[in-house]
Amino acid sequence: MIEYWRDYHTRLIEALLDHLQLVTISIVVALAIAMVVILTCLNNQKWVSSLTYFFSALYSIPSYAFFALLIPLSGLGTTTAVIVLSLYSEYILLRTFSTGIKQIDPTIIESARGMGMTDHQVFFRIQLPLASKSIFSGIRLALTSIIGIATIAATINAGGLGTVLFDGLRTQSIVKIVWGSLLTIFLCICSNVILYLIEKFTLRNLELED
Amino acid sequence: MSNSAINFKHIQKTFGAETIIENLSFEVEAGEFITILGSSGSGKTTTLKMVNRLVEPDSGVIEINGQNIEQINLIELRRKIGYVVQQIGLFPHLTVEKNIATVPELLGWDKTKTQSRVKELMELVKLPYEEYSDRHPNQLSGGQQQRIGVARALAANPQIMLLDEPFGAVDAITRKELQKQIKLIHQELNGKTFLFVTHDINEAFYLGDKVMIMDKGKISQYDTPKNIIKNPETEFVKDLLDTIYEEESLWRMLK
Repeated sequence: MIEYWRDYHTRLIEALLDHLQLVTISIVVALAIAMVVILTCLNNQKWVSSLTYFFSALYSIPSYAFFALLIPLSGLGTTTAVIVLSLYSEYILLRTFSTGIKQIDPTIIESARGMGMTDHQVFFRIQLPLASKSIFSGIRLALTSIIGIATIAATINAGGLGTVLFDGLRTQSIVKIVWGSLLTIFLCICSNVILYLIEKFTLRNLELED
Repeated sequence: MSNSAINFKHIQKTFGAETIIENLSFEVEAGEFITILGSSGSGKTTTLKMVNRLVEPDSGVIEINGQNIEQINLIELRRKIGYVVQQIGLFPHLTVEKNIATVPELLGWDKTKTQSRVKELMELVKLPYEEYSDRHPNQLSGGQQQRIGVARALAANPQIMLLDEPFGAVDAITRKELQKQIKLIHQELNGKTFLFVTHDINEAFYLGDKVMIMDKGKISQYDTPKNIIKNPETEFVKDLLDTIYEEESLWRMLK
């Protein structure tokens, strides 16, 4: 184990960073789309729920098949991986965001409207801050799940920790499989801790901590 | 036209198959304190919400200071009307100061003007600025929250205040205290029109210059408290007054 690290740590770290990059780009893209969807469909819950159903249908496609299906469209490599991973996280983000917003006491929203806030002001001043706890947990959930799924992206040449894992599978090397898994777990835990800290910091600034 | 602040003309409102408001017409003069009294489902809250267009009537015209409210920009209209709801609707993530400063900030007031206005209002509702401005709503008692709600609604000096059962969720003693205060505030702030929805008869008759009694989407009687008691016009009003007289005799008996 340790020996393998000593000999190949540059390759392992490279795979880890590739993985991180893949996942980060995907979650950022997904977040941007989620914000646009929620903001444009603020007064149209039907649209949000039909879009959520649409993404839940996509979510149910096995990742292996999903990657393969997109190869004719966007080819092998990172682009396809980012598309698939964003679509997967989109479902989780939309679901948690819209639930978080729906859970806000309707009288607070009505007060805000009654005081003359525009829809955008209600969203940015009231709904977004009050839904931030659900939004953060959604982001963490999405991130954790796509860190796992992203290992499959190695099959379409998108790099990442999947390369180590699949390499191990092919050559029947337990050491490689263990290192691949360990680093995936490490990435999950680290990203969760970092997000948790960001969440704490943001909530404190929004003065939402109890 | 007299100086009517609010004027409902033949307002009709249905939700689905249910008629909530049926041909409602009334006038409120500027500076009056009007209480709207009715049981739940009588259309009193709907009536109130039509003034700031949280609910739109199906037909009829509502005028504020002689102007049809449909011709006023919705956002501007609402910023000119103070609004307090029963569950208070204070923003839990903002401090008391920020809550009160909401409408002034929306209107783009400068910081010093906003802050001095907040101080002034907190004094008016008897919660000293130094002690309470940095607190969050959950650090206040129900009665204090309600007073901040009133202060917030008054922030941009609206000529019309809409209050929807604002004291519904506080205990009897606090409630009495708040009623005294709101009456005093109305007297101090000369010329503001208050529309106050309640289902509490005592509250309605104590506070209102005029009481509007609503039943099933119609006005049962709309007059000064004295006139209503002297001369109840409908069965519903008589029944309502009877409950008070019964209570009165109960208390006398218990003494």
